[in-house]
Amino acid sequence: MTLTLDGPRIVKTAPLVQLRGVNKSYGSVVALCDVSATVYPGEVLGIVGESGSGKSTLLRMMNLEETPDAGSYTLDLPDLDGNLFDLDRFARRMLCATRIGIVYQNPHLGLLMKNSSSGNVAERLLVAGERRFAVLREKARAALAASEFPLERLDAPPIELSGGMQQRVQLAKAIALEPALLLLDEPTTGLDVSVQALVLDTLKRLQRDRHITMVIVSHDLGVIRTLADRVMVMRRGAVVEAGLADQIFQDPQHPYTQQLVHAKL
Amino acid sequence: MTPVLDIRGLTKGFTMHHLGQGFAAFSDISFAVAAGEFVLLKGANGAGKSTLLRTLYRSYLPQAGQVLFQSAHGLIDLARAADIDITYLRQTEIGFVTQFLVARPRISAEALVAEPLRLAGMGEPEALDTARHWLQTFGVKDTLWPAYPTTFSGGEQQKVNLARALIRPHKLLLLDEPTASLDANARAALVQRLADLKAQGTAMIGVFHHPGDVEHLIDRVIDLTPNAPLQEERQDVAV
Repeated sequence: MTLTLDGPRIVKTAPLVQLRGVNKSYGSVVALCDVSATVYPGEVLGIVGESGSGKSTLLRMMNLEETPDAGSYTLDLPDLDGNLFDLDRFARRMLCATRIGIVYQNPHLGLLMKNSSSGNVAERLLVAGERRFAVLREKARAALAASEFPLERLDAPPIELSGGMQQRVQLAKAIALEPALLLLDEPTTGLDVSVQALVLDTLKRLQRDRHITMVIVSHDLGVIRTLADRVMVMRRGAVVEAGLADQIFQDPQHPYTQQLVHAKL
Repeated sequence: MTPVLDIRGLTKGFTMHHLGQGFAAFSDISFAVAAGEFVLLKGANGAGKSTLLRTLYRSYLPQAGQVLFQSAHGLIDLARAADIDITYLRQTEIGFVTQFLVARPRISAEALVAEPLRLAGMGEPEALDTARHWLQTFGVKDTLWPAYPTTFSGGEQQKVNLARALIRPHKLLLLDEPTASLDANARAALVQRLADLKAQGTAMIGVFHHPGDVEHLIDRVIDLTPNAPLQEERQDVAV
């Protein structure tokens, strides 16, 4: 028997992200079953689980791309009250464009592959209302520099770039407006090991220097172990276990988590 | 005086679901540690010394009992505290020193050592200066400071690890064989740093294979061997 954990007593900051009782089914397939999650400002939450466990669906919920059958979602930001799932399409789009950044596993979902890389990043700034060309160019350049994109290739369209470079453009686009929440869906999957290390290092630096709150989904436990403060383990749409990253990896409680952790090479 | 740490009836075991079996690590342990006190954990391999340290740090979840910690924000039970509070206390008041370095790709030795200070809000130049001071103290050659520790030898990695773990004073320090595989100079530097922290009031609980290194720091020995009397007066420690 594990002791039931109390709520926070020392840290008085309100959680940035609160998801409560999120349910989603596609026909007879249950994608999410009563999922709740809390993320504090500056924290990195890792979500792990097998394919089809609902982790990417949950991330898309946080990016307001999907509406659940039931449940609530709040972000503790100024001028933002109530359940974000109740927002209309326009308000959702504005919120995601300005306060939430996302990096997809597939760069085709996040980028216009034939526009220039700097143009892809600038588009984000345009949606937020920036119209001055020089400012657009400068901010796009700064964001690309922060994600360690080679600046001599600013005008190259993503379609001409390697997978690792495309992920950097996505990351630059996601952080261009200093988002309150950065969502990462398998950001290193499919990249070779040295490029993976570059992307991880960039994320780690953003975490250290800018204290960006992140939620990262990955089936690569090494990636989660490197980045996450806390880990949530999902299976068949439900959360089976959540805890401090070192506790989940060193002392997993649930049979499925033990199986997952022990399967790591 | 109120103890920094008051452990009551702490019990830990592991359930191996694939074996359908449970293993007890230790049960019903109680003792308290005061500020500036150094407690040595003793017992054969497998007696649960490291497990106890990890349970106090909450890398392991305890099954029963209380771990009452007198934090700067009041008394808190580490066995039941919320994850976010544990994360905060690890950054500010509770340190864990092991013999293993968690190196990360493409992070220099000096940046890795400076990181706890950066997270605590110190500016980069000052944090790096302090990091270099400790790397020097533990005997890491200055040519290695900007290099990536993933390529270092075991002993060098351990020195980087010690510099990082001890760069900031803590209220409670958990030590899991920090002297293993260190050369004599680094060992002396470590013992000196521990003595200074102890004098500043840091409470310490440690496991040492060769307790002779820290003999003059030890205030109390706790024997975790099953059925041993739990608490001993300070005695001459076998070297």
